[in-house]
Amino acid sequence: MDPLSWFDILARAAQQFLPVWIALVVTFALSIRFRRRLGLYGKLFDSPIGMIGFGIVMFWLYTALFAGLIVTHDPLAQVSGLRNAAPGSALRAPTDLYPYYLFGGDSLARDVFSRMVMGAREVLRIAPFAAMISFMIGISLGLPAGYFGGKLDTGLTFLANLVLAFPVILLFFLLVAPEIQQTIIPKVMAGVLFLAPILFVTVLLNSRFFTQPPKRNLYVGVVLLVGAWAYAGLVFNADPVGLWSMSPNLLNVFVAVVFVNAPTVFRIVRGITLDIKTRDYVAAAQTRGEGPWYIMLWEILPNARGPLIVDFCLRIGYTTILLGTLGFFGLGVSPESPDWGSTINAGRRLLTVYPHPALVPAISLMSLVLGLNLLADGLREESLRD
Amino acid sequence: MLLFLLRRIGMMLVTALCLTFVVFALTNLPAKLETLAKTQAGSRMTDAEVASWINRNGYGSPMLQRYGEWLGVIPGWVRTDADGTVHGRCVDRHQDASLAGSRCGILQGDWGYSTRFQDNVASVVTARVGATGLLMMWVMIVMVPMALIVGVLAGMREGSRTDRALSTFAIASTATPEYVSGVLFIALLASSTVGLSPLLASWGWIDGRVLFQGNARSAMDDITLSNFTLPVLTIALYGMGYVARITRASMTEVMTQQYIRTARLKGVSFTNIVVKHALRNALIAPFTVIMLQIPWLLNGVVISEVLFSYLGFCWTLYEAAVNNDIELLLASSVVAVVVVLVTQLISDIGYVYLNPRIRIS
Repeated sequence: MDPLSWFDILARAAQQFLPVWIALVVTFALSIRFRRRLGLYGKLFDSPIGMIGFGIVMFWLYTALFAGLIVTHDPLAQVSGLRNAAPGSALRAPTDLYPYYLFGGDSLARDVFSRMVMGAREVLRIAPFAAMISFMIGISLGLPAGYFGGKLDTGLTFLANLVLAFPVILLFFLLVAPEIQQTIIPKVMAGVLFLAPILFVTVLLNSRFFTQPPKRNLYVGVVLLVGAWAYAGLVFNADPVGLWSMSPNLLNVFVAVVFVNAPTVFRIVRGITLDIKTRDYVAAAQTRGEGPWYIMLWEILPNARGPLIVDFCLRIGYTTILLGTLGFFGLGVSPESPDWGSTINAGRRLLTVYPHPALVPAISLMSLVLGLNLLADGLREESLRD
Repeated sequence: MLLFLLRRIGMMLVTALCLTFVVFALTNLPAKLETLAKTQAGSRMTDAEVASWINRNGYGSPMLQRYGEWLGVIPGWVRTDADGTVHGRCVDRHQDASLAGSRCGILQGDWGYSTRFQDNVASVVTARVGATGLLMMWVMIVMVPMALIVGVLAGMREGSRTDRALSTFAIASTATPEYVSGVLFIALLASSTVGLSPLLASWGWIDGRVLFQGNARSAMDDITLSNFTLPVLTIALYGMGYVARITRASMTEVMTQQYIRTARLKGVSFTNIVVKHALRNALIAPFTVIMLQIPWLLNGVVISEVLFSYLGFCWTLYEAAVNNDIELLLASSVVAVVVVLVTQLISDIGYVYLNPRIRIS
């Protein structure tokens, strides 16, 4: 068979993404229809920049979700004769396989298109959760540091500055190494870092409902139960059901990324808290006799949500970049993993002759981060408008 | 002011001490030492041989003690062989048996020996820092004016079409990490088969086969436009977007001030308002950000130096980390930390200097 023309390649790729297009159309139709009732999310659809960003992010999110339907080949399978094949090359003997390598083949004759699609799943499996955990840690340390001040503040700020003074790349090389995985360090760090979200949610609910013991006991009980279940699975790999698990490799990457991000979030939250705690409604809550944790979590935090949501989007993007950096240096991922960073690294050796194996993941990564940044920009604009 | 400086320098020393200890602890884990032994003395060693190599080379003593030896507050290790020859931390380094039992650490100016480059750490680092300094200088020369121009043009008329276009450009540049832009640049400009170069070569516009070189190793001896453009551009592009956005935010804020309105009502031309009234106040925030951007760019410099094989300080850091070259890694982290903290200090002082309303108490 003849190789495909550029137009055919794009048309066929678009056809493979059909589930994504359908999901995108449904999302946008519903969101625009009900945008007046959806708060900040609905207002996003008033800003073209935010809408474009949201579209790109959702595109990759749905790609990650429907990756199984989109891929044309097994991302790890090699097909003979297609080593470094140009985009649109036809398979020699397409028995029951998809007859073309849409975006060409890489140096090991694997399908670049399928690897790109599966790479989205790899990235989006880690980045949002790492950003979320970083935020919970940053919030649970930043709020008391800003609210109480004093020695606690000095100590925590010093620690945060200490981590921030570290060149990120050095930290990665030190933390994400096969030798480190054999030691107890990642487990201990994961033990501490994953404790933060559980404590955060527990304190959040307890401070709100402690006047209604039955309700409080129910909520906190459920949180602790689910938390302990996830904690056992993620940190000790000892989940009896097997729903929560993380390979030591992934855990190590996760811990390193959270460790790098949390101090920045801490500084942001601390700064906002210092500003908000002088407001009248905080003084009113103090006069009512509310506890410090209630004031921090139910008075200060909701009023700090604007900048935090914006930073959350930016941080997912930054985490994606960090994950790519890790992959680029071959840290913490298995060599055949389809994640974008390591694919770029693998492709750069033959970059001047066969650019497509590196270009496809590079452009994918760029577009995802760009989408997140545009989304953050749109959100910032809309949240400043009220 | 003097007190402020002293306090900051004290803080810097404490931070550097903590960080080097963390680096020391993480590079001196038993498993890492085993890897080091195998890379130094042969990969087929038995466990017993590894243990004896570790002991013979002074890695056997407790970690705190070795950290003290590295700092130079504890006398270096000494070992006398069966045949009477004396070995020791200071003895082996200077080939002088009389040094047994003396201190030789960074306090004595002895930065140790690099196992990767087979040379003194001090000479390796000083040779490389200059190369990276040159790279950073060019990055700054390209990045700062570009960022300020983009930011000021975008910020002087908020919401205009220029603003939208330039802001989107700035966002796009912050969304392009170095390993992406580097790859894009090489494919587009430095490949003899794809991108722009074959086209330009066939038109006869360029002499060689490629427009720019994708390998900057030759720039170590002789910097030319052809071998240095891509590494500089790669780093500058990622850093530029952030500075441009800060400049834009600062500029839009200044443009809504009362005195700008007064100037407009007086009939001052728009160019004059921007250049004479707004610019100075709008550049305070970007200045601090530019200084803080230097440590932030360090990460990208590592990527860029590795990608373009430019053998500078960050490439050395990468090599040291990959090969677990303990003393070189420690020295590199000291340099990196000093860079981070000194730029923070300069940015704080510069902020006060540019903004007379703020005083350091």
